[in-house]
Amino acid sequence: MKIGVLALQGAVREHIQQIQSLGCEAVEVKTLVDLTDLNGLVLPGGESTAIRKLLDRHQLMEPIRSLARQGMPMFGTCAGLILLAKEIVDYEEAHLSLMNVVVERNSFGRQVDSFEAKLEVKQIGADIPAVFIRAPHIASVGPNVEILAEYNGRIVLAKEGQYLGCSFHPELTDDTRLLKFFMEMVEDFHQSSLANSNSI
Amino acid sequence: MKLLGTERVKRGMAEMQKGGVIMDVINAEQAKIAEASGAVAVMALERVPSDIRKAGGVARMADPRIVEEVMNAVSIPVMAKARIGHIVEARVLEAMGVDYIDESEVLTPADEEYHLLKSDYTVPFVCGCRDLGEAARRIGEGASMLRTKGEPGTGNIVEAVRHIRKVNAQVRRVVGMNEDELMTEAKILGAPYELLVEIKRLGRLPVVNFAAGGVATPADAALMMELGADGVFVGSGIFKSENPEKFARAIVEATTHFKDYQLIADISKELGSPMKGIEISTLLDSERMQERGW
Repeated sequence: MKIGVLALQGAVREHIQQIQSLGCEAVEVKTLVDLTDLNGLVLPGGESTAIRKLLDRHQLMEPIRSLARQGMPMFGTCAGLILLAKEIVDYEEAHLSLMNVVVERNSFGRQVDSFEAKLEVKQIGADIPAVFIRAPHIASVGPNVEILAEYNGRIVLAKEGQYLGCSFHPELTDDTRLLKFFMEMVEDFHQSSLANSNSI
Repeated sequence: MKLLGTERVKRGMAEMQKGGVIMDVINAEQAKIAEASGAVAVMALERVPSDIRKAGGVARMADPRIVEEVMNAVSIPVMAKARIGHIVEARVLEAMGVDYIDESEVLTPADEEYHLLKSDYTVPFVCGCRDLGEAARRIGEGASMLRTKGEPGTGNIVEAVRHIRKVNAQVRRVVGMNEDELMTEAKILGAPYELLVEIKRLGRLPVVNFAAGGVATPADAALMMELGADGVFVGSGIFKSENPEKFARAIVEATTHFKDYQLIADISKELGSPMKGIEISTLLDSERMQERGW
C-alpha cells in the first residue's frame, strides 16, 4: 500500500517516517503526478492558509476532491483537518470542503496556550498523547460523523466514512495507534476496490 | 493533565513551519500582503534590517503597538524580535502573546556575555547561528528553532550560504563520528556534549533550521532549500523590492518547489527589481550584524 503525504508545507517528514515505521510506502505529494496510484492521503499539520494558496496555484484542489469522490481515505491533522472541513467559522469559503464538520481555527489560543494532553479515544484506546499547537477544534458535526475524542468538552477527533480528522499532532509523538487506525481504513478501501475490480 | 510550553510543543510549532516562508513586516497592511502570498508566519518589526542599517543608533524591540497591530491583522503566527540577553523585552513580548520570539543579532545586543535562558519561557524562541557550536549553545539555552545568521539587510546571500553549509557539514561530521570522539568534538565546537550525542542519534539537528540573512530572490530561497534549510526567513527582500506582492508570492512558490527549475524560471519573469544589495566586503567590521552573539 502506498500513502501520499501532501508536501506543500508543514510536518511532512514526521508523517512519512511514521507511515514507513509501520512498514508502508509513503510518498510526498507536491504536484499532480504524485497523486497517482495512492491508496490513502494524509494532509499534515502546517499553516492552512499557506497550504491552501499552494493548492490553488498548482491546481491540486479538484484532483484531490476527485480522489475523495472515488472513496479514498484521507487523514487530516490540525491544518489538514481545516483543509478537509466543509465549513470554517468566520470564513466565507472552506478549502477542500469534504468532511461534514465545522471547524474553528486557533480556538485554544495562541502559541503560549499550546499544550500536550492525554486523550481517551473511542475505538482506539486510552492515554493517547496529543500535542495541540495553535490548534483548531470541531465546533459541530454533521449526521454521519462519529465523534472519537473530546478535550474539555471540545471535539478534537472525528471520523466520517473515509475521512479522519484531528485537531492535534499524532505525528509529533511515538504513539502510532491513531495512524494504525487510519491504515486500517486504507486497507479496507484497498480490499473493497480490489473486490470491485474483480467483479467487473 | 494539560502541559503548557513543553519542549515538544515549542519545537513542534517550528516543525509546522517547515517548507514555508516567514516574512518581515512593519505594519498591518504588509502583514496582510504576506499572509495572502502564502507566508507561514510574519515577523513584526519597527524597521526591516536594511533600514536598521541605514538608521544606525541602537535598534530595540519594536513598539508593542506595531506588534499588536500585526497580531490583530492576520491569523498566521506572529513573531517578534528581542535584543540578545534582554530578559524584559522577551518577557514583554511573551506577555503580549507573540507566537515566537527571535533573540536577534539584528537588534543591538543588551548583553555582550549572556544570551537568554530560553528554556525558562512558555513562548518558543528562534536564534541565529553560523556554525554548529553556536547552534548547539542556543539549543542548550532552550532555543526551539534555529536560523542561519547570514548578513541581514544586505540582500546578499553569500553569508547565509556560508552558514548553512558550515552547520550542515559539521552535523554530517558529528553523525559520522564514533561515540568516543564526541566529547573532544564538543570541546572543539564549544557545544554541549549531550546535544552532539543527540545529533548523532537523530542524524540531524534536533530542531528546525531555517535560512535567513540575505534572501532577495526566488532563486535565493530555492538555493537555501537546496542546501538543506528547512524553510526561509525573508527580511528586507520583500518589502524593499519593486513589487512586494509578486516577490512574496514567487518566493513562497520557489521555497515549496525548490527543485522545479522551470517553475522558478516562470515565476521569476518580470518580477521587477529586487532590493538593492550590499557587497559584504564593503561593510565595516562594526556593521557586520552576524558577529553579534556568543
